[in-house]
Amino acid sequence: MKNMDRMTNACILIMEGTNCEEETKIAFEKVGINAELVHLKQLTGEVPRELKRDLFEYNILMIPGGWSAGDYIRAGAIFAARIKSRLMKEIEEFVEDGNVVGGICNGFQILIELGLLPGFDGISKEPEAALTTNLNARFQCRPVYLKHVGKCTFTEKIDEGKVLQVPVAHAEGRFTFGGEDEKYLNKLIENGQIVFRYCHPDGTPAEGEFPWNPNGSLYDIAGICNPEKNVLGMMPHPERVVEGIQHADWTRTHPSLGDGRIFFESIAEFMRGNSK
Amino acid sequence: MNFEVEVRIELKPGVIDAEGETIRKSLKLLGYPVNDVKSLKVYVIGVNADSKKDAEEKIADACRRLLANPVIQNYSVKVKNARIIPENSRKRL
Repeated sequence: MKNMDRMTNACILIMEGTNCEEETKIAFEKVGINAELVHLKQLTGEVPRELKRDLFEYNILMIPGGWSAGDYIRAGAIFAARIKSRLMKEIEEFVEDGNVVGGICNGFQILIELGLLPGFDGISKEPEAALTTNLNARFQCRPVYLKHVGKCTFTEKIDEGKVLQVPVAHAEGRFTFGGEDEKYLNKLIENGQIVFRYCHPDGTPAEGEFPWNPNGSLYDIAGICNPEKNVLGMMPHPERVVEGIQHADWTRTHPSLGDGRIFFESIAEFMRGNSK
Repeated sequence: MNFEVEVRIELKPGVIDAEGETIRKSLKLLGYPVNDVKSLKVYVIGVNADSKKDAEEKIADACRRLLANPVIQNYSVKVKNARIIPENSRKRL
């Protein structure tokens, strides 16, 4: 990476309708990662020269949650189309260089629409999966339990099997392969691409049961990565629980940190270990 | 020529229609003898094209690239006759 000191730089990509960028920035900064809010147009160059940014100045690209472009068409479809039209070559190169790309909630929907996830045979031209309307057709905004079932670059330092309590806030989070659920689910499992699954508080699988699985997601999938493990998308919001008082049970359990903190600590530790 | 094209985006058979099912339940509660409800999206698009066929091809391509997710949705494109849009009726975004 050019023009870089050893500091890790995260690019938090925003456009009209993203709304979780501030807390995502704070979460990165709390673990010592430089984070900058960057509008899509700053990367595509449709801004005055002093505002232009180069994706390769960063080593983490994070797409935050929100309602980009009002969730019109399908959640994430318009943000993805805008990236495809102006920035796809850079993103492909960024991913192929082994940099890390993350998407939380709407960010996950965008990564699916972009074809970066599941990315069975590299980046696909058309989506290979879908995050569609929750089974009960309602917006779910509340804590859920997640089990960390497989490591990726982002979660390298989190123990496998660890259960985290993290909020979800989405209406379109049901992961599916449409009519080919079984075939592609096996592929995800074989490749070790499933990172988080919805579970009971004790870590046993939710098995599709509401409320533990908030959206009816296939195989309780809450987050997946690409086969190379450097692109992660997840529906729950770790950036919303980085402090103890943000934990849903904080008055009873007085945790010093929220369960989402370990997610960011893990990225920070991984990046420190990776910097030459 | 400007063609008016109607695009229907619907869920593939077998994909659960959570929205349709919720609407069906609500209609039942209101006392309507409703058996099933299918939710779908319709877009009416004005497009510049050389012919009806050209208009259809252009919009079918748009469906594959943006309007539909082929994993869960089917699309159909119906081209209506060419029309002339008065200059002052065009919305500026």
